[in-house]
Amino acid sequence: MDGILLGLETALQPSNILICLLGVTLGTAVGVLPGIGPTATVALLLPITFEFDAVASLIMLAGIYYGAQYGGSTTAILLNLPGESSSVVTALDGHQMARQGRAGPALATAALGSFFAGTVGTIVLAAFAPPLAQLALKFGPADYFAVVVLGLIASIALASGSTVKALAMIVLGLLLGTIGQDQFTGVPRFTFGVRELYEGLDFVSLAVGLFGLAEIIRNLESRHSASIVTRKVEGLWLKKDDFRRITKPVLRGTALGSVLGVLPGGGHVLASFTSYSVEKNLSKDPKKFGTGVIEGVAAPESANNAAAQTSFIPLLSLGLPAHPVMALLVGAFIIQGITPGPNVINDEPELVWGLIASMWVGNLLLVMLNLPLIGIWVKMLAVPYEVMFPAIIAFASIGCYSLNLNAWDVFAIAGAGVVGYFLIRWGCEAAPLLLGFVLGPLLEENLRRAMIISRGDPTVFATRPISASLLALAAVIIVIAVLPSVRRKREVVFQGEDD
Amino acid sequence: MSTESGVAHGAGHRPAPFRPDLYAGAAFIVLGLAFAIAGSRYDVGSALRMGSGYVPLALGALLAVLGLLVVAMAFRGGDPAIRDVQREPVPWRRGGLLVGAVMFFGFFVSGLGLAPTLFVTTFIAALAGHGTSPLKAALTSAGITALCLVVFVALLRLRLPLLGEWLGG
Repeated sequence: MDGILLGLETALQPSNILICLLGVTLGTAVGVLPGIGPTATVALLLPITFEFDAVASLIMLAGIYYGAQYGGSTTAILLNLPGESSSVVTALDGHQMARQGRAGPALATAALGSFFAGTVGTIVLAAFAPPLAQLALKFGPADYFAVVVLGLIASIALASGSTVKALAMIVLGLLLGTIGQDQFTGVPRFTFGVRELYEGLDFVSLAVGLFGLAEIIRNLESRHSASIVTRKVEGLWLKKDDFRRITKPVLRGTALGSVLGVLPGGGHVLASFTSYSVEKNLSKDPKKFGTGVIEGVAAPESANNAAAQTSFIPLLSLGLPAHPVMALLVGAFIIQGITPGPNVINDEPELVWGLIASMWVGNLLLVMLNLPLIGIWVKMLAVPYEVMFPAIIAFASIGCYSLNLNAWDVFAIAGAGVVGYFLIRWGCEAAPLLLGFVLGPLLEENLRRAMIISRGDPTVFATRPISASLLALAAVIIVIAVLPSVRRKREVVFQGEDD
Repeated sequence: MSTESGVAHGAGHRPAPFRPDLYAGAAFIVLGLAFAIAGSRYDVGSALRMGSGYVPLALGALLAVLGLLVVAMAFRGGDPAIRDVQREPVPWRRGGLLVGAVMFFGFFVSGLGLAPTLFVTTFIAALAGHGTSPLKAALTSAGITALCLVVFVALLRLRLPLLGEWLGG
């Protein structure tokens, strides 16, 4: 718990609170834009954070993340437009509540449930990340290779859509990650003599292009005609009866989310879906779910947030991002000159604990400020998209360019945007590609080191117990994901719960 | 783009291949082969001492194989996740304007400086909007440029020259 105190001390410095507040506000403002989910929001705002030093920039990022999540819940509830798969469930009952004029309580439930779950998740994180990091220090290159493979494979098992395509996107991401100087020999690979590419493709540009630009092009396919429920966002506060009704769903959602969030690859999605099913099954009146019951908002929002917090465990102890936003955080760490992994907790305690604590502070600021400001966010929804997207283009271009004053970073946004648009159109999700890109260098480095240590003997991956069991687990996950019967069940889960 | 129209029923017993899968698979095969071939020109080395080309060659080959699987999926009815989704036509003009706007920024920001580049970039981007007239686009971009200059230059103190060397800045 010393760590948490250190973290709070860092996060509660006035300048850091201010930066966190700025992040929360920006994150919410961009996150409420229809069609821009939390991942795209964080990607688009990432460049701005690099104007600050390491601790401050990660704190701002934490604020943006929470703001974006809350913004995503807001669009899910008010517009029935979930920004990412984990808030799909929130939209089921949340939007119905909004249509009945209970948008206020729905948003308040989302914020309060998230805050409680985030608090518990933070404690879980503080308790489990350091011992796991200690364990990870004993890992050899072969074990690390296996961990990365497992993380990549797990990320597709929980994604919706085709397994083969997701695998292909991971491999494509790994390949894009090899562009630039070879870390072992210094040979420039796939750079076509362009000096600016020696450092590799810029991660931020790739993320902004894949998630931001591609998404905007997709939104321009058709005229925007979302039915905004702006009339009655009054009566924000929960009634006594509401409090009674949400207590248990919040507790159960938090517990489920804390456990499932540790799973690499999308535990937060699984958590929100599972907790919704659990509440529905436990309810005396399951038929009412989907018609605007407050439990249907409280449980998935808590589960989602608890999971968001505990998904930091694999990131901070192993350096493994569990979902795309975590991959963006890894990118941010690396740009600040920090390699995420088991050493970070010991080497940079102020940074790590500051980040964890400011996740919590960000959540608190959200509850204190955004609930009263909900009227303003609703007005943001009324800003026409025709004005919004040129502004987003401008922010993204300036942000990416200002990092290195390198025009190639801007060209990379355009390239990634075009590629991303078509791949998404053809049913290939961008998230696995980004995970592959971030983890590619780690995978190659550990593969090559493991083979040198084992003198070219590939059985090293099967004879070391840790790597053998992790790789076996990865194989099992692939088999399960490909098996038709399991696929069908999975589709049922993803196609909503209204049976 | 009407050619992308889902599982069209061709002549004979076999339905036509599902085009999005065909395109995706072909893209993976081409990219995989490109990385594999380009990778094999570097020092590939051996399993013991992997050279710079080893991992790209192996992954490129793997990507090509996965691409073949996706193509095979196209002939077996297509990816169920997107098969029945109604796809809008590709917004070539709007998308082109957006990409053009970003490219313009990259090409001209150092020469022209932030203020003029930003204005033109947002103007091109704004033209991509549904029913945005040039006048409205100009107003929009003027507003956004002013906002960005306040946020990035005045508040965040970004070290980007407002006017570039071509304009004597």
